[in-house]
Amino acid sequence: MAANLTPYIEAEEKKGFWQAHRFGILRRLSQLFFLALFLTGPLFGLWIAKGTIASSMTLNVLPLTDPFVLVQSLATRHWPEGLALIGAGIVLVGYLLLGGRSYCAWVCPLNPVTDFAAFLRRKLGITTSAKLRAETRHYFAVGLVIMSALTGMVAWELVNPITALHRALVFGTFFGLLPALAIFLFDLFVAKHGWCGHLCPVGAAYGAIGKVALLRVSAPARAACDDCMDCFAVCPEPHVITPALRGGKTGASPVILSADCTLCGACIDTCPERVFAFTHRFDARALEPRALATTPLPTCERIAS
Amino acid sequence: MSAANTPEKPKNPQRRKALEEMARFSASAAAACVLVGGLGQQSKALPAQALRPPGALPEKDFLSACVRCGLCVRDCPYGTLKLADWSDGPALGTPFFHARNVPCEMCDTIPCVKACPTGALEHSLVDIAKAKMGVAVITSRETCLNLHGLRCDVCYRVCPVIDKAITLERTHNARTDKHAIFEPVVHPDYCTGCGKCEKSCVLTQAAIKVLPREMAALSQDAHYKRGWVEKDKAGGALVDAPVKLPTRGLDAPAAPAAPPSGLPNSNWRP
Repeated sequence: MAANLTPYIEAEEKKGFWQAHRFGILRRLSQLFFLALFLTGPLFGLWIAKGTIASSMTLNVLPLTDPFVLVQSLATRHWPEGLALIGAGIVLVGYLLLGGRSYCAWVCPLNPVTDFAAFLRRKLGITTSAKLRAETRHYFAVGLVIMSALTGMVAWELVNPITALHRALVFGTFFGLLPALAIFLFDLFVAKHGWCGHLCPVGAAYGAIGKVALLRVSAPARAACDDCMDCFAVCPEPHVITPALRGGKTGASPVILSADCTLCGACIDTCPERVFAFTHRFDARALEPRALATTPLPTCERIAS
Repeated sequence: MSAANTPEKPKNPQRRKALEEMARFSASAAAACVLVGGLGQQSKALPAQALRPPGALPEKDFLSACVRCGLCVRDCPYGTLKLADWSDGPALGTPFFHARNVPCEMCDTIPCVKACPTGALEHSLVDIAKAKMGVAVITSRETCLNLHGLRCDVCYRVCPVIDKAITLERTHNARTDKHAIFEPVVHPDYCTGCGKCEKSCVLTQAAIKVLPREMAALSQDAHYKRGWVEKDKAGGALVDAPVKLPTRGLDAPAAPAAPPSGLPNSNWRP
């Protein structure tokens, strides 16, 4: 199967620019929004969120703490102040509702960097990629918790390119930009979706939340799929699509249940046939081929009707 | 080719391949972990001149508690605290300050401690005068102006815990034989390690520096008993006083010998 290097084109023709790019645009806005919350303080003296994405305080009332950081700190046998525990609890509940790895696609400051590498890969026609196993990140995440217990320090924060980048942007620590640059080059030249899709332990941790998270992407109109492969070309975790999209014959749920899905919505954007849609975990509705053929309405409205 | 040299055919080649692959990737994940762990061991060494914020746990515990969020840095009103970059020395992203750049102003409300979400800065610290960020030491007696007999006194004057953390001890100036030396002496029990003395030392290189307490404010070895301390504690001598022997032949004070003529009559007596 040749790699599809021209996704979105058919979608733009059939659905128009906005429908073919809306979640991509919304994601960039979301990422900018979460960064801006931290930047209005140092830039304009208007303090909204203080700290970094490792742990923050918004408007002096809302504490938020990264659960993976807290788990490592707990592994060192340090019992934190209530603020960090409450903060991690809020984040945990938030992502239980909003999809686990949605952190990766909608919040993580490193995502635009790796997305840009993936975009350039398609534009430059780079198809060679080192073989990595997606499970590596799970071993890595567990290993880091063990390493925290053994060394007595929050191990991943020594090198974490995500918080390093965030600190670089928010606190102006220059060297924090270097790991992000390394990951950009790695994703561009060494492995497709190499970092986020195979190695990042933070993504693996949010993926663990995603195993039971409520918000999901589904392929309710999978009967309309014409095998153009655009969704596989844009998806950062293409293996998650197959069971839902091709599960029609076996009667499998059209909901993408894999915790690896980042809920980026790129499949929804790029699909010219409007196969995909955001929904919740328990919404197993799939449209019959006959209903699709006879109904002229767009997919989302067909579901609603 | 003999049968012994032929590699045995795996019974289930797919399973073997999967196992091999799994071993390879878990091994690389383990290697990455060990690398990170090794880096961790390296970054445990805090440079002597990098000071932690008030209330910081001992360095080892601090690194297990600090999530490097920078909330303490944000709430420091004087811009004292900084998050460590890779070139700074302390563990990446952890808060620190150099006293010679911007010392701790010892806010009464200790906002940095209150901001800490994890307790890496202990919330039990409510009196800033009890902070133990380090301890000031006269590291250069050779250049300290006061020790030359001059009245610089700056470190003493700026000390927020003046007359407790730093006192001026008066001694005889042997060089001029008629002046006094006012030696600044730091008392570690009271010194908070804020670094205002180091900041304001008038010399190009500060003669007084704040050092880690485990380097310069040590506790007395328990096995050394100091008689005078023990005596005070017991409220009296612990052993009988030496037997008083009678003095013989010296009962009457001897008549002072007349100084030999020709020599100046000094009052010097052996």
